[in-house]
Amino acid sequence: MSATTESPPSRNYEILPKADFNGALDGDVLEVSMGPQHPSTHGVFRMDVVLDGETVLKLKPVFGYLHRNHEQIAERTSYLASMPYTDRLDYFCSLTNNWAYALTVEKLAGLQPPERAEYIRIITAELTRLQNHTCLAGFLLMDMGALGTPLMYAFREREKILDLFESLTGARMMCNYMRFGGCRVDLPEGWLEQAKKVVESYPGFLDEFENLLSSNEIVMARTQGVGRLSKDLAINASITGPMLRACGVNYDIRKVDKYGIYDRFDFRVPLGDHGDCYDRYMIRILEMRESLKILNQALKDIPAGPIMDPKAKLRAFKPKPGEVYGRIEAPKGELGFYLISDGSASPYRYRVRPPSLINLTILEDMCLGQSVADVVVILGSVDIVLGEVDR
Amino acid sequence: MLGTGIIKGMAETARNFLGSYTSEERLPTVQYPEEKLPAKENARSFPFLVYDRNDPELGLRCVACLICEKECPPQCIYIVKDTTKKPDHTGKLQAHPKTFDIDISVCMSCQICAEVCPFDAIKMDIEYAFSTGDRFEGLLLHKEQLAKPNDHYQKIHPTEAAEADARLAEEKAKAEAKAKAAAAAEKPAEMAVPGSVR
Repeated sequence: MSATTESPPSRNYEILPKADFNGALDGDVLEVSMGPQHPSTHGVFRMDVVLDGETVLKLKPVFGYLHRNHEQIAERTSYLASMPYTDRLDYFCSLTNNWAYALTVEKLAGLQPPERAEYIRIITAELTRLQNHTCLAGFLLMDMGALGTPLMYAFREREKILDLFESLTGARMMCNYMRFGGCRVDLPEGWLEQAKKVVESYPGFLDEFENLLSSNEIVMARTQGVGRLSKDLAINASITGPMLRACGVNYDIRKVDKYGIYDRFDFRVPLGDHGDCYDRYMIRILEMRESLKILNQALKDIPAGPIMDPKAKLRAFKPKPGEVYGRIEAPKGELGFYLISDGSASPYRYRVRPPSLINLTILEDMCLGQSVADVVVILGSVDIVLGEVDR
Repeated sequence: MLGTGIIKGMAETARNFLGSYTSEERLPTVQYPEEKLPAKENARSFPFLVYDRNDPELGLRCVACLICEKECPPQCIYIVKDTTKKPDHTGKLQAHPKTFDIDISVCMSCQICAEVCPFDAIKMDIEYAFSTGDRFEGLLLHKEQLAKPNDHYQKIHPTEAAEADARLAEEKAKAEAKAKAAAAAEKPAEMAVPGSVR
């Protein structure tokens, strides 16, 4: 991580002189508001796009339509009560959100989850990564016009993982499963066998999916060379996750921080080198294969034992004063929680670092000069969830 | 050759389409209102109150301690304490709720209430089709609608309910042993008392 430039690369905000906007738009340049009710914006998200014919001259992302005051609510309730709210940040990956929050509070309160809980966390987090990337690939292809078919195949596989989540946590998506110092319930009987079955069948699905689309000429024409992101800009804009790795930067928090027990598992970090949409799509497919490797190891090695730290307290939980930042590699990038405790039952300051929001900030730089149809593909390849962007 | 990728993809689609006629794996959907998937044992929807001894009024395990009301993240529980006391499962006199309302239009099914309850009194149901035309009164469940027998709990979450019952039985045994010990401790005192009074 040494690549930084002397000065930040220029952002072409002033391509058009102001006078052009104020005067009548005479047909050469058109300002279009894409969204918020647009099927390809993945939620309520708006882009003010200035177009010259079909070429994008300027793009301004506008978000905040789904703002729900998550941070303020968390500052007024107990530590435990904001756990179910973290499910609703990135509602595809509630278990990784839970883990990030639990990890941060554990750092603050000095709790250490037992071995079995750590394994369960890794298994659920990697399953979450699998289903998030599966969905993303489906959505991305739908954005390109492959209506339905690939998305339905992706959802069919995702549903198997959601079934696992439901039999473990009680809910398909709003899991609310991790607790400070461990996990809420132990694995039900037969869950590991079921999970092993899903993990075994997954490479077959990935092969099928790659057969279906990775060598498809239309997909290649629509994604290769589209939405290029340079290494320097990605680092300067603090992009994380598959977006950053698609630019060729070897930075994965699972390897850098080795939080939990990730240091025990043997897996590789796939890297792209063009930083275009195809790389971003391919990185996710490769990451899923690496996740399967981790899952195979974790499902084999999981020990028996308790799942909660005996020091953990459910009611009247008051960590000592202090401040802490905890982060994990969520499927979309670095998900961090920043907490300040004043020793009372609710945090004094609670802040989320959402990967989607920060990955979205360079949308304009990727879209300039591309055609308006590519904007949809580029946005799809960023992998945003508006619940997390707006919080 | 240009187009091989597309042909490969089409072959995959054809395999899936034809496979859906023969293989269960490729056709996992069910026709919902007529056909329903079996509920998972851990599944949860909305909270309900457990009562024992077939008595929804006196048998309610809830002692109106207000912990769930305080911990509920979206604040959808509303409790009013009754001032008169009633005996709980161990025979100890406890308060009980005069009003216990849950607004399920606000409830987000997080089960924190069930988790923090020290009396195993509030648990998660698996019923989910609650749609109604009356969005205010129809979705505000009162104590009468919320109270459900322990048998119901045993039926929907057998493993969890067995654990809860074991816990309660242990508490009861402990309370009884304590009462016995207290009675035994009182007896010598009683025997000593007459002599001194005389």
